[in-house]
Amino acid sequence: MRKLLLYLVPIILFTNISYALIEIDITEGNREPLPLAISEFFHDNNPEIINKKITENIRTVISDDLERSGLFSSIDDKAFIQNNRSMHLKPRFADWRLIKAQGLLTGELAIEEDRLRVEFRLWDTFAEKEIEGLVLITTIDNWRRISHMIADKIYERLTGEEGYFDTRIVYVAEEGPKNKRIKKLAIMDQDGANHKFLTSGKELVLTPRFNPVRQEITYLSYFKNLPRVYLLNIQTGIQEVVGDFPGMTFAPRFSPDGGKIIMSLAREGNSDLYVMDLTTRVVERLTDSPAIDTSPSYSPDGKRITFNSDRGGSQQIYVMDSNGRNQKRISKEGGNYATPVWSPRGDLIAFTKFYQGQYFIGVMRTDGSGERLLTENWYQEAPSWSSNGRVLIFYRETKANDAGDGHSSSIWSIDLTGFNERKIITPVDASDPSWSKLIQ
Amino acid sequence: MVSTFQNYTRYLVIVLFAMFLVACETVPKESATSTSSTSSTAAVEIKDGVYVGSDTVEMLAIDVPDRIFFAYDSYSLTKAAQNTLEKQAKWLKANGSVTIAIEGHADERGTREYNLALGDRRANAAKDYLMTQGISSSRVTTISFGKERPVNSGSNKKAWAQNRRSVTVRTN
Repeated sequence: MRKLLLYLVPIILFTNISYALIEIDITEGNREPLPLAISEFFHDNNPEIINKKITENIRTVISDDLERSGLFSSIDDKAFIQNNRSMHLKPRFADWRLIKAQGLLTGELAIEEDRLRVEFRLWDTFAEKEIEGLVLITTIDNWRRISHMIADKIYERLTGEEGYFDTRIVYVAEEGPKNKRIKKLAIMDQDGANHKFLTSGKELVLTPRFNPVRQEITYLSYFKNLPRVYLLNIQTGIQEVVGDFPGMTFAPRFSPDGGKIIMSLAREGNSDLYVMDLTTRVVERLTDSPAIDTSPSYSPDGKRITFNSDRGGSQQIYVMDSNGRNQKRISKEGGNYATPVWSPRGDLIAFTKFYQGQYFIGVMRTDGSGERLLTENWYQEAPSWSSNGRVLIFYRETKANDAGDGHSSSIWSIDLTGFNERKIITPVDASDPSWSKLIQ
Repeated sequence: MVSTFQNYTRYLVIVLFAMFLVACETVPKESATSTSSTSSTAAVEIKDGVYVGSDTVEMLAIDVPDRIFFAYDSYSLTKAAQNTLEKQAKWLKANGSVTIAIEGHADERGTREYNLALGDRRANAAKDYLMTQGISSSRVTTISFGKERPVNSGSNKKAWAQNRRSVTVRTN
């Protein structure tokens, strides 16, 4: 990935004190989306901007990001009363209120020394003032990331939470019949753009996960028919096996500082949890039970680990200290539980639940209380959190008929509130999604 | 570096103990008698959640089936599975140069990572039984495919029962 050249220059805000009327409480759930007017970004008839359709593109990306969050709706520009460049300096707030816009985004573009200068302002049409503004300067081809960053700024300003649009998803792309499935690692922007396959499909690959701090992925590969945990550097494409283990290693995840990988090692039919320091290569064993211990995930402070075990006779969720001490079951509502993942906010654990023949994605507090099931289906599993802990992505499969046809697999997203369930469009079938942190 | 792996006997004890535990507990059974497919054969194909038919089964040699089947979320060996493994052991003894890999598989009704561990359990349950029959562990490798390689692509009880299996394949 090309290094992003970017300068952030805050526009002088008229005030730092917020009197904004437009604030969204995103814990509320199924609220009406907040109507925003997202204007075109004006410029001095720059031919390059016109040729590359940068104005239209930026507006589309921002508006799609915000609409997909379920929290905002974008007002059709045909309804705009004020439609000239003056709005960027002095919006006629009454005109915008008339078309029910509670917020207004305006912007200007320029090319300066082969760089794209993007300036935007977010206006509160009721308080009649600018509530956010920024100048971003970057290479021209970076208009897409700039758009995601602007969408993040708007989301952040209006919800009080960090945005999650300038992020990527790595997942397993699936093709072919169910009994001869070809699986490849693939990566894309959170909105499906910039899609790229990372492996050829020659080897079976599963469960990719992002390093929270580096452009790196850990995953399971069946290279040479030896299922082992691997590391892939996204920038260089270099892959390496993690450690030298005498059995299958699987279910890898990074520690929050990106310096360790926690995973399962299967040995003589028994799977336990191990952690490997990627710098010193020192391996430490964390669990030692005759049961299956797998799907480990660190708390964001790195002090605790949640994992899946059937040591009590059925699959349940456990937590322990990161040195393996104080192992304790937390799931308690009945049914089987799997794939616990700790929220980046630290307060919740998302999981897969299997109960009475159906699969659920849900969340519970870290002591197992307050369980909430967000979605129920024939088959779904493997939630992954958005960087701000407000949205989960997971994969869902459809049932095959007796001839084995009709099976498909795709990635879905759902809000923590249980609302705004959406399918994420991918070029081929998809599973095992992992959502990155905000790109640095 | 990973010195804990030296103590193989300890692991074997743990595995055998775990098998004992599983044999004692009541494994959740699927409703066993009905197969949802419209099979023309009236014969019972699934007994106590374990596939007992011969579809999908291949032969390593005459009267030496290549696979055994398991109940849902179980890795305990049925009498029929033990019988098959005894035939495999006999064949391996008669063909001393043959080396094998045992592939462990799970059905699609379980999470991917757990099923990888379950497939490993099943492959090792078969391997351990071959060892009790006098087959050297040096001739046997194991690999788990979890739910990645179903033999029957359907989503019904018969397909799942056929997919809960360990398969012995020649590696030379």
